[in-house]
Amino acid sequence: MAIAFQLNGKKQTLNVEPDMPLLWAIRDVVGLTGTKYGCGMALCGACTVHVNGEPVRACVTPVSTVAGKNITTIEAAVETKLGKVVREAWIEAQVPQCGYCQSGQIMSATALLAKNKKPSDADIDTAMAGNICRCGTYNAVRAAIKDAAQKLA
Amino acid sequence: MKNQISRRRFLQTSAAATGVFQLGWTASGAWAVVDPTMKRVNPFIKISADNRVTLVVGQAEMGQGISTGLAMVLADELGADWSRVGWEQAPNDLAFALPGGFQSTGGSGSQRRLMPLYRRGAASAREMLIAAAANKWNVDAKLCRVENSFVVLNDKKLSFGELAEAAAKQAVPVEPPLKERSAFTIIGTSPKRFDVPAKTNGSAEYGIDVKLPGMKYAVVARPPVFGAQVASFNAAAARKIKGVTQVVEIAAGVAVVADNTWAAMKGREQLNMKWKESAGDKVSTASIRAQFIAASKGTASKAREVGNTAEAFAQSGNIVEAVYETPYLAHATMEPMNCTAWVQADRCDVWAGVQAPTLAENAAVATTGLTKDKVHIHTQFLGGGFGRRSESDFVTEALELSKQLRVPVQVMWTREDDMRHDFYRPMTYNVFKAALDDKGMPLAWQHRIVGSSILARRAPQNLRGGLDGTSTEGAVTLPYDMPNFLCELATVNTHVPVGFWRSVGSSQNAFITESFLDELAHKAQQDPFEYRRALMAKYPRQKRVLELAAEKAEWSKPAPVGRFRGIAFAECFGGFVAQVVEVSVDKGTVKVHHVVCAADVGLAVHPEIVKAQMQSAIVTGLDAARYGRITIENGAVVESNFHDYPVTRISDMPKIEVYLTGTDQPPGGVGEPGTPPLAPALCNAIFAATGKRVRSLPLSQTDLTKT
Repeated sequence: MAIAFQLNGKKQTLNVEPDMPLLWAIRDVVGLTGTKYGCGMALCGACTVHVNGEPVRACVTPVSTVAGKNITTIEAAVETKLGKVVREAWIEAQVPQCGYCQSGQIMSATALLAKNKKPSDADIDTAMAGNICRCGTYNAVRAAIKDAAQKLA
Repeated sequence: MKNQISRRRFLQTSAAATGVFQLGWTASGAWAVVDPTMKRVNPFIKISADNRVTLVVGQAEMGQGISTGLAMVLADELGADWSRVGWEQAPNDLAFALPGGFQSTGGSGSQRRLMPLYRRGAASAREMLIAAAANKWNVDAKLCRVENSFVVLNDKKLSFGELAEAAAKQAVPVEPPLKERSAFTIIGTSPKRFDVPAKTNGSAEYGIDVKLPGMKYAVVARPPVFGAQVASFNAAAARKIKGVTQVVEIAAGVAVVADNTWAAMKGREQLNMKWKESAGDKVSTASIRAQFIAASKGTASKAREVGNTAEAFAQSGNIVEAVYETPYLAHATMEPMNCTAWVQADRCDVWAGVQAPTLAENAAVATTGLTKDKVHIHTQFLGGGFGRRSESDFVTEALELSKQLRVPVQVMWTREDDMRHDFYRPMTYNVFKAALDDKGMPLAWQHRIVGSSILARRAPQNLRGGLDGTSTEGAVTLPYDMPNFLCELATVNTHVPVGFWRSVGSSQNAFITESFLDELAHKAQQDPFEYRRALMAKYPRQKRVLELAAEKAEWSKPAPVGRFRGIAFAECFGGFVAQVVEVSVDKGTVKVHHVVCAADVGLAVHPEIVKAQMQSAIVTGLDAARYGRITIENGAVVESNFHDYPVTRISDMPKIEVYLTGTDQPPGGVGEPGTPPLAPALCNAIFAATGKRVRSLPLSQTDLTKT
């Protein structure tokens, strides 16, 4: 079944099973590997992408449900004006350790900052609590989000 | 199709094309100039004509920053301009082995075990560059010095790149002079890590990201009960799933092979796996616990004995007894296990995040029958290791499949696979007895540990008289003066596989010993910090760490209203760490507000990475203390994913402060020593808050509403 959507600004038409999660469509079929598999149950946030600008867990999103929508992955998200600032803040704060969860962390952070220019600690908790980091970089994540917010102000 | 093959080619061609001066470590144990015609080059240090220095790192990068840290050591000793230094991941080669002949990353050992070797190599290269310049200028080499990737004499200077070709022709000095510590310019600073840019735009390549032409994707149905054998399965039903190409039985279970990961997962659901009855079928956490309790009353091996505890108990009227328990724990690395293998007639390639390339190499030799020189392990970034990736079970599966199918195969583990087929931190049962003297200080300390042996499976040759040192580490020697001391071990092995887990034995042993010591302090009606400090009189380095934590946490001042503090100390892999944890407890719910951490890890090559590792280790400690528990029912693991094996999230993070001391000492361990003191410091704080002593983890299983 052919399913068409915009991926990072380009039209993609995939012939895949409609129940295939967007995560595996992006990784195995398109070949973009920045979006990670972590749990398959929307519990860890490693697979976070933007669907029409909203953060979505790609591991539980059937590809058929994104037909006609705009998907953005980490590869393109950090190339936008806002994404560049967030990435710069991540580098400045030296957030990543193993780094595996960081695509998802950055996707959730950019989605937050796109809507909320001055997130409070509680706002950050709400927006980022779905993203697990087993290296425990959370305090650095928080600092980077605040730094990016300041630079975007 | 990006990445892996091209990266391997780059390694091979760049060695010949740009590395005009390459110094390597030979199998005979000496530094030597690498001859590009050698079949198997093993350069550590490459200096190219464009004046760039590249370090080839044999250690695995799993977030601990070792690629940056080892390059800093090299660059400093060499006299290189840091902005002209880079790194490459080494292949599997014993030239990159740790002293002892094993290429592996673990035990917080990379800097403390490799720094001397790397410094000598870099110093040799530096002396050869100087000799080359001195020759050109026709002066005494002693007059020349290095500065920012140049050899300098008065107003003359030549870059390392310009000198590289001539330097390669110099004799390799056997005992090159090493820099004085006071002359370090890079070690002790905190430059930006090499791996961060790629880890912020999705381009960092982990094992899961490997894509090869014609590659198949596989998932494996493994027995829920460890060790059970396949009885039957429905291959035809799995093959009906679109995209499934093969169903293959391997040693670990039944693999479903497909054109993409999703099809393989769906195919596996159709297998209708049946497993034969096995010895483990009736085993549960409760039955193992009953075995442990029985063993605690039987015979045990003495791990260490000082004085005579039995006599002391007979003399003292002040006896304290307690039982402490810790659960099995999973590693739950962010990146679930996976491996890509390609077995061909005359070579074998493996792409995976592995902590021990030597073990992966052994697995490849055993599975394929090829000789070591035909085996190529391409170590990827590790999406977390914590000891899990020091195993090679996930490598063997991919090798077996590729050997049968003769195409590249990527075996992907789901989170459930990963959690239910781990090598768990051993569950333990501990019986304590102590006697206090008339001042309340410990006259005798007796600790009997009951648990399972990691080394019995991993390295039986390292068992000492049947004693597994990883079971007793962190309990067998304590930095406290006690006239009578006995630590014993009773080993009970079960069908549940156990393995190395961040900080290994110390992770649970610090919880139990530092909690029990806290009990003694309270029994003696003494301040828990002062009690420890008094016992540490003969251990000045440890005492300094404890004092620093107390000082920075303002231990001598009351905690804010409603907050309570606990303190603990632990020694692990050459690192000394003390932590003060501040909590509040509301209706039985614990909130961790603040962790103050003091660490003596010796020379801190990159202080900010050391602090980040302490933060990370503290979160690992929080995960284990608050939530972590693997339960066995009917022989199988109950927990499966992050809903029933919860971990710390940003919303339950405390503020963390880290302070370093002892940086004038030789390098100690960094990645793990921050984990052990967290659980006891937290539980000691909970005692201060509630009067309830937590003697079994995790906290989520303890009812703190009743005191």
